[in-house]
Order: sequence, then C-alpha cells, then structure tokens
Amino acid sequence: MFLIGTNPTEAHPVIGYKMRQAARRGAKLVVCDPRRIDLVDEADYWLRVKPGTDIPLLNGLMHIIIKEGLEDKTFIEERTENYEELKAIVESYTPERVSELTGISVDDLYAVARLYATTDKAMLFYTLGITEHICGTRNVMSCANLAMLTGHLGRPGTGVCPQRGQNNVQGACDMGALPNVYSGYQAVGVDAVREKHEKAWGVSLSPKVGLKIPEMFEAAHHGSVKAMYILGENPVLTDPNANHIKEALANLEFLVVQELFLTETAQFADVILPAASFAECDGTFTNTERRVQRVRKAIEPIPGQANWQTICQMFVAMGYPLNYNSPKEIWDEMASLSPSMAGINYERIDQENSLQWPCPTLEHPGTPILHVGKFTRGLGLFQPSEHIPPGEIPDEEYPFLLSTGRILFHYNVTTPYSGGISSVWDKEMAEVNPADAEKLGIQTGSLVKVTSRRGQVTTAVKVTDRVMPGVIWMSFHFASTPTNELTSAVLDPITGTGEYKVCAVQIEPI
Amino acid sequence: MVTMVMNGKEVKVPAGSTILQAADMVGIDIPRFCYDPDLSPLGACRMCVVEVKGNRLLPAACVTPVYPGMEVDTESESVIEARKTILELLVANHPLDCMTCEKMGDCKLAEYCYRYGVKESSFVGEKHHYAIDDSNPFINRDLNKCILCGACVRACEEMTGQDNLSFLYRGFDRKATTAGDVDYIDSDCVFCGQCVAVCPTGALTEKTMAGQGRRWEIDRVRTTCPFCGTGCNFDLAVKDGKVIGVLSNPDAPVNQRSLCVKGRFGWDFIYNEKRLTTPLIKKNGQFEHASWDEAFSLIATRFKEIKEKYGPDAFAALSSARCTNEENFLVSKFARAVMGTNNVDHCART
Repeated sequence: MFLIGTNPTEAHPVIGYKMRQAARRGAKLVVCDPRRIDLVDEADYWLRVKPGTDIPLLNGLMHIIIKEGLEDKTFIEERTENYEELKAIVESYTPERVSELTGISVDDLYAVARLYATTDKAMLFYTLGITEHICGTRNVMSCANLAMLTGHLGRPGTGVCPQRGQNNVQGACDMGALPNVYSGYQAVGVDAVREKHEKAWGVSLSPKVGLKIPEMFEAAHHGSVKAMYILGENPVLTDPNANHIKEALANLEFLVVQELFLTETAQFADVILPAASFAECDGTFTNTERRVQRVRKAIEPIPGQANWQTICQMFVAMGYPLNYNSPKEIWDEMASLSPSMAGINYERIDQENSLQWPCPTLEHPGTPILHVGKFTRGLGLFQPSEHIPPGEIPDEEYPFLLSTGRILFHYNVTTPYSGGISSVWDKEMAEVNPADAEKLGIQTGSLVKVTSRRGQVTTAVKVTDRVMPGVIWMSFHFASTPTNELTSAVLDPITGTGEYKVCAVQIEPI
Repeated sequence: MVTMVMNGKEVKVPAGSTILQAADMVGIDIPRFCYDPDLSPLGACRMCVVEVKGNRLLPAACVTPVYPGMEVDTESESVIEARKTILELLVANHPLDCMTCEKMGDCKLAEYCYRYGVKESSFVGEKHHYAIDDSNPFINRDLNKCILCGACVRACEEMTGQDNLSFLYRGFDRKATTAGDVDYIDSDCVFCGQCVAVCPTGALTEKTMAGQGRRWEIDRVRTTCPFCGTGCNFDLAVKDGKVIGVLSNPDAPVNQRSLCVKGRFGWDFIYNEKRLTTPLIKKNGQFEHASWDEAFSLIATRFKEIKEKYGPDAFAALSSARCTNEENFLVSKFARAVMGTNNVDHCART
C-alpha cells in the first residue's frame, strides 16, 4: 500500500481500519505525508515529504525504477504510450536532487522505489493531499505514471485509488452535476448526446460548457452571473478564500439556498427552502468505489417534504411539468440516459446490496476493478510533469506554511450540528510544532491570531510534532474559526481546485 | 469436505471448519459468548462446549476443528450441565436488573439463562461494584455486567486497530478496560463503537438509546452513511417515527459492523433544534417564515425575470456531494432543461 496525501484513519476511518489490519497482517505500507498521521505508526516507510513537492518525489521514484531496470517492460509495451517522454523528464530527477527538494533521504527513496516496483501487487491511494494543489491534476497524473510504469493496474490488489471525500461526491459527478457533462460523463458538446437528452426532456439544450464553481463566483463578482440556486453546500465555510465568496454572494440579484440549517451561506439567500436529511429521503449514494447503495427513508421529512419533491416543485413553478412518483423513477430516467449505469436499478440494489458501475446491462455483474486488459481510452498515456512549486510560499512577512484538512470527529460542516460530537470537540485546535511554539511562547490551549494575505482568524493551538517546524495545520469544520478565510486564491488551472494544502500565514499569540 | 455426525445426523462440512462453524452451517445452534465470526477465536467462555465421542473432556466448539468421522453431541446431558454451571457462575456476579437493562431482548446471557432455565445462582460470593462510566456522550460502560468474553478487546484491536482496550488485573478483579483503567473519555478511545456492537451483554450500550425503546420495539432501516465517501451501511434504529440510534449491520458490503464516531454517533444532527422547518423569504434584510407556495412563486418570478433579462447563463446552480444521486440528477436537469445553461457544479473540486 502506497499512501500519498491521504489520512484514511481520520478522513475515511473504516478504510483506515482496513489498511491498518492489512499492514498488521504483513502488507508493506508506505506513507508519504508531511504530517505524522496515525498510519505512520504502522508504516514500513514514512516519507515526510515537504508540502508541495509530490511531483519531484514521484519523479524521483520513477527515476530510480528506470535506472535500475525495475519497470514493467511488458506492461509499458502493450498497454501504454508516450513512455519515452516520461523517461526523458524523470531523467533529471536524480535521488540527490529529489532528496534536496523533498527532504527525504536518498536511502529511503531507493528503498521505496525498489519495494513498490518489485512487489507483485501494489495499490496507490491518494486523497486531497494530492489534488488540492496548484498542480493537483499533474500530481494525479504522476501517481498514474508510477502505477503504469510498474504495471500496478487492472488486477486485483493493484490500482490508483482516489478516496473520494464526501459520501456522494462520486455520485454527484456521475449524475452530471458538472458543467461539461450529463450523467454518466456524456459531454454536453457532443451532438448525439445532446440530442438524446433534448428528446428525453423535450427542450433544446445548450452545447456550451458551463462554469466551474470558482468561475461562477468570479462571474457573480463581476456581475455576469445574477442568480444562483445552492443545494446543501456551504461555500462560505468550505471554499478557499472565503471573503471573496461572500462578496460574490452579496453581489447576486437573487439567491435560493436549500439547506438543513441557516448556514453561513444561507444568510446570503433571498429564499431558503428547508431541506430533508438523509434519514428522511429515499435515494442512492455512490461511494468511492463507484458502488451504488440505497439510502432509505426512516422517518417523515422534518420540513414536511423530501428534497426531490422540493426540486420537482421548482420545475413545476417554472412551467416545466414533472410527474415522478418516487426517487426510483428519477433513477430509472437517469439510467435510461446513461449507458454506464443502465444495468442498475433499485430492485437489483435491494437484492444484491450494492452494484459498482460500469454496469451497462441488467445481466452485467458490475465492475469492481477498472482498466482490466485495457484502459478506457485504449492505451495508458504517460503524462509526465516537471516540478511546479506552490502558488504561495512562506516568506519573511508570512513565515508559516498553512495546510488544512479534516479531523476524525468531524465531517466538513455538518457534524458541528451533532450535539454529542460537538459537546466533546467544539473548536479548532490548530497544530503547531513544539519548536515553533517555543519561539512564539505558546502552549496547547493558547489562543493565536492567524493571518494570511486574504484574512485573519483566531484559533486555539495544540502543540505537537505531528506537524513539521514552520507548518501550522488546521481543519475547516468550525464557524468560530473559518479557516478558509485564510486559504489561497491559487487554483489548479485544469480543475479549478483550490490550493487548500499550501499558503503562507503569520501567527501571533494573543 | 469432511463427513461427520452431528446430533446423530450425518453431515458434510468443509475441511478446516471448527465444530461451531460446522454447526452454524447445518443449522444447529450452539450457544456462544466469546465467539464472534469477525474476531479471532479465543475459546475463553466455554459456553460452546460439546461432547465429542472418544474425548473424555468437553472441548470448546469454537476452537476445535472437525475431522472425518467425528461424532459430536451439542446438547448432551453433560454438555447441558456444564453450560448451566457456567451460567450460574456468571449470574453469581451479574446484576439481575434485566427489567431496566438496555440490552433486554438482545442479551446473550439472558437468552441462554432462559434456554437452560437458570434463574439464580447456587454460588454465593462477592459482587463487583464498579462505578458506571458515562463520561462521554456516546457509550455507557457498566463493567458490572461484563462477562469477560473479551469481544470488546478484540474488536478494538482487530477491527479498528486502536488497541485501546485490554484485560487488566487478575482473578476476581480481572477487567476488560482501557490502559490505566481510566474512563473512555480520558483514554485513547476514538468512539468508533465497535466494542458496543460486539458486546453480548449490557456492559457496553449506546448512550443515546438509553431509555428510548426496547430492542424488540425498534424498526431497523438499512441505509448508507451521509458523511465520508467510504460508503458504510448501517441500520437506523427507529421507534415511533423517530430515529433513536444507529446499529451496525454485518451484511453491510463495505464495512460489515465497523463504523466511525461520525457514522455511529453523529446522526443526531437531524434533530438539532436549529433545523429549518419552513421556507424563509428575506424581507428588508430579515428572514420571515413563508409558505411553500409563496416561496416557489417568488423563485419562479425572479428566475424567469433574470433569465429573460440577462439570458440563461446568468444563472448558476451548485448541487451537492452530500445529497442523493436522484437530487443531483434533478438539479443538473433543472439547470439544463429549465434554465437552459450548463452552469451546474458541486464541491468535487472545492
């Protein structure tokens, strides 16, 4: 197991338990993380990589693998293309140079490269520690390069496994809640796809790719987006550079928010529609393995109606008649339009507990492992990258590096509404290294002001060597310490994902 | 496969099975406290003893492998006598407050005492008087009801890997407890609740469910956790139209009975008093309660005006990675089919 930028025992605890069990049964575990996360205790190797140097690390491992002839030549030959470019780019990532850039010893680089390359089956896991960077997409491609170079794909016990964050982030993507695709990743610009949807929905549809979240807020800022509808999201607390988001929301002519609570985002709304929780709705969630599972209504909706009914009534009010009797019928319409999910329905999920897409027909058993025999695009394309440093790094004025993430006891911004959980874990405890704490004259429990170029928040600190000197680590769960007022405005240019993992701040004791 | 005789009947079971696994496969119920299919075998409680022809002792079925021609009696006279004695020994030092015990109806000790007619103990002796640990908001720990089966210790180590529990002390003072024998809240506990899920008695129970309903009154509604992307399944425990807790379910494809603190204990956000219950419309900077009709009528008017005046791309929708597939599909369809724009996204990228 090769973990990079993922903290499973806190962010995906049950996956973390299983990794721990595997490590204790003898599976080798490599953890690449600037923080001493819990799984470091179980690891054979801990590569304490400096934040923002994942590409040099991965390139360095590939450099050693190629130099030592440990690459999977058959896999490269039969299943990939552009290998020569990869080879050329990683050539300059010598162990000595990579050690200098990443802070990892040359010996550890050799040991891990050999271990990963020579093991029969290796899985690579990553999460937001890889994606929430200016070079997030390039980081992911570099992970895929490493797996392809060694043939660790398309077999049981191998693969590149992003652990998806939210309960249904996979599903929201699958359903086409993205500006460029309909459900099942069918591009809006493809005529045949659009015509199929036009026929099913009885309207003409726009071929123009829509705006990504950061572009929406940018457009709201300068006035080209005038109205928004926001379902169950709280960007004021969760999106980077939160003050900019607030200004954008304030600038809208009309905002509708559908929510459980009067959240920081809902405060900006003109109309708030009360939402029903997961316990009050029928439906499905799709987990990180593309596994579709049922959500079942256990109690009557507290606001009197389920979310799907509320959204349907919005259609009707706008003059678009809808006549779904239940979420099952909504699923069936989606499945009829989406070839990769056409074989999944509620009856099958009830009988088989869960199904993993692609599942194109009712007879298809579902697909637990992708890329068996061939990649979706045919040949696996090596897309090598040079090192791309973070968009904002500490300097004299803002000497500390702020990195952010989730903690075990909270999930984003919902769990603070759990009485039990918030009675024990009710406030931010920013992690600061003992060496820095001594210089700043602070202890666990001290209050500090943390300031970036974009905002200022107050937080209590926890002094711990989980973080390296020069780094402060914070979660973003608490409205009382809105960490994302600090985070960077820098985005990955391809996905628009914010660089939550690196920005520069100053710390001042109060 | 191995051919053997169980309770006078010839059966075929996979080689390498234990007697207890073999019995489970052929539908014979052997009582057990410390055995749990998800945990390593311990062979400690002796409740599963059986008679094996040719063996002068009564072996524990959970740790004894089958062999060809083995003849097993799971309910012989000596087996029943042994089980009764074990139960009497346990009952001698167990509070008999079953009428108020949270585990009533789902307690293995009560189930087997009923099965073997053990009402009281002929053994008289000292009893434990441990203070109840209710130091945390999630788990009540009453070690007076602990039968030392060690399931919690193994669950903590083998399911979660937290290693927070172990046996301390010797003899009568033996305890399954935290390092240093401190309360859960002061220990390394991560409150995953796996120990509660495997406890066969009322020693470890869900605090939120205390006094809320008897086990047989609860409807279990199987659903998927609303927090992270792991996709754990569990049962919502529902009584009289109200969720009173989460119970894990061994059939869950991803997680079986394992959960984390959020999944097992974070569900109470649904009854937070700050839940919105009616639509709200902002008037002069203040939110005022409104009817659904008023809300939809205002939404339709304003969305239509804005679409008319600025064009479809002046609208944008943010859908949600926390909501269901069906809701996400509808939001995407609303933006595209009703508003005429592909400006729809959700927090996958932020």
